[in-house]
Amino acid sequence: MSVRVAVVVFPGTNCELDVVHAVQTLDGTAELVFHTEQSLGAADAVVVPGGFAHGDYLRTGAIARFSPVMTAVADFAAAGGPVVGICNGFQVLTEAGLLPGALRKNAGLKFLCQLVECRVETSRSALTRLATPGTALRLPINHFEGNYTCDAETLARLRDDDRIVLRYVDNPNGALDDIAGISNERGNVVGLMPHPERASDPLLGSDDGVVLLRSFLDAASARSAAA
Amino acid sequence: MKYEAHIEVTSLPGVLDPQGVTVERALPALGYANVSEVRIGKSIRLVVDADNEDAARRQVDEMCDRLLANPVIEAYAIELTALEQV
Repeated sequence: MSVRVAVVVFPGTNCELDVVHAVQTLDGTAELVFHTEQSLGAADAVVVPGGFAHGDYLRTGAIARFSPVMTAVADFAAAGGPVVGICNGFQVLTEAGLLPGALRKNAGLKFLCQLVECRVETSRSALTRLATPGTALRLPINHFEGNYTCDAETLARLRDDDRIVLRYVDNPNGALDDIAGISNERGNVVGLMPHPERASDPLLGSDDGVVLLRSFLDAASARSAAA
Repeated sequence: MKYEAHIEVTSLPGVLDPQGVTVERALPALGYANVSEVRIGKSIRLVVDADNEDAARRQVDEMCDRLLANPVIEAYAIELTALEQV
């Protein structure tokens, strides 16, 4: 049976259909779940996609965090379900406390929209289980607030527990320790600034995101098979 | 009793404030070479109805922790003013 992916939609989300398309090309099924929903249905995996949830008012992700659907996402994550937050979704997951740290304005105060190289740092996460650490992936970024930061203690924990999932090869936004993506302790919740769904076909300039999306679907299907 | 709260949110000391840094670099171009430590933040005003000033402060403090500021990167300061009863 194909993997069922719930794609969360807040007012202002704008990358949900890219995610749906990418999931479908990898033989998964995707369903949009509006932010007012209390339940994720029978999902095997959850994507919080990019955009400008609630207009990014106050801070990116600050209001989205209080949407009813986020309680369901937190429960799903706590039960070990694979959750990935992409770009604005990463910001939402940090505000919701599902991932540590925060994303600040880019160091150069410029909105960045470009292809960047990211190095896979671990295969321990739901997003990289099929990837080879050390591999460089060409992925698009598209953000103003992608400058990851956390306190020294958190950074030490992220390093020691192998929770830094992706690092920029050439840091575009000032992110601490070149961090492009991190995971929670168990590795089932991942947040990243680059957009793997927009690097899912050679026609888009790169299909290096496919290994990440495949990993994510694989994590979901392995978990469902075990259940 | 109504209290007006003025909340100032700034980035924590030690956390890079890209806007502050950029403005600090721009000021010398206008001849202000003696400026340093520019920090840019947010100013939030709201009115809260509470039994007394302590209760009002407690509530606003909680609002700051839960929503108005992100304790990971931001500090906040609260100023309360009792509004005259109408």
